[in-house]
Amino acid sequence: MKVLIRHQKREVEVQGRRRVRELLVELGVNPESVLVIRGAQLLTHDAQVADEDTVELRPVVSGGAA
Amino acid sequence: MRCQRCKGDATVEVRRHHTAFCNEHFIEFFDRQVERAIDGEHMFTRGDRVLVAVSGGKDSLALWDVLRRLGYDATGLYINLGIGEYSEESHRKSVAFAEGQGLELLVADIPHEYGMNVEEFARATRRVSCSACGLSKRYLFNRVAVDHGFQVVATGHNLDDEAAVLFGNLLHWQIEYLARQAPVLPSTHPRLARKVKPLYRIAEREAAAYAIVRGIDYIVDECPNSVGAKSLLYKDALNLLEQAAPGTKQSLYWGFLERGRPLVAAQDNATLRDCVHCGQPTTAEVCAFCRMTERAAERMRVRQAGAAPRAAGAPETTPAAAPTAGG
Repeated sequence: MKVLIRHQKREVEVQGRRRVRELLVELGVNPESVLVIRGAQLLTHDAQVADEDTVELRPVVSGGAA
Repeated sequence: MRCQRCKGDATVEVRRHHTAFCNEHFIEFFDRQVERAIDGEHMFTRGDRVLVAVSGGKDSLALWDVLRRLGYDATGLYINLGIGEYSEESHRKSVAFAEGQGLELLVADIPHEYGMNVEEFARATRRVSCSACGLSKRYLFNRVAVDHGFQVVATGHNLDDEAAVLFGNLLHWQIEYLARQAPVLPSTHPRLARKVKPLYRIAEREAAAYAIVRGIDYIVDECPNSVGAKSLLYKDALNLLEQAAPGTKQSLYWGFLERGRPLVAAQDNATLRDCVHCGQPTTAEVCAFCRMTERAAERMRVRQAGAAPRAAGAPETTPAAAPTAGG
């Protein structure tokens, strides 16, 4: 599958079906810091993603001036 | 994972509440949390005119959207900070949202009004960019609110923002700042609008999820000046804790409001008076914003005077073309 990691401005290819939470562990991404999107749909951490999917990891953390 | 309410497929997990929701019931959950914040903290009523500070990001557009849906009288205020393409894009997103929803958006333009941007304010006063930016925004939110007759200014600060600020203030034992951290800052001066944070019960991840579920087109890229900001470091640290122990951020901030703040609230005893230059409320003779803009203007005059002999006959130097190194 194709994984777009928005906050790192990079795209990676990952082979094989797995759960979202496993994918995030493999990529070293804290699940608290992103939302996982397939198409226009948000995915929970137990959702399955597969080779034919394109998945976006959208950062949720913003900061700076209070 | 199943939606707690309808048992359909869940899309948003809320681990701090040990639950998950489908899109429809997540929006219900979100609305309920915002209503609890507004009513529970007596932020405002449907009879108040609320000025929403809008940046084009997920939090502020989610806030404006939910207030509109819940029937509040909310007008947006966008502040152009003059941060290049980032400001242009955030302005476009704010305007597009306002036009799409048929909402009124006011605009305050710092480069137009002051002849320079917040980065130049920061350099002139040797502040970090986020500090100059925060000071500018707080000043302009209040000034525009008072000038336009709004009783309340609402900002999109969420639970993670508040927990990170609290964490930073605790690390450095900033007692005066701790005393002033609350979801509602009342008006204590005739020219000071009430400040409220209706998303303080909403985690940052939930605010982003709301924006996506609602189809809000927000600016995803971060401000280029926020790279390395302490607030991001604190958020990363808290998210590590949250991942291992869901509910940590909520426990930290809500616990502070319930049990910590009463212990330090008496430290907030600043007396406000009118700034002799602009009339805005301040604790000093001249407010921090006027001091900053005056120093920045003076710095620019000195630079332009120094550059004049070399530039004889050349077009006048514009603020944007002024040297940018920190020397």
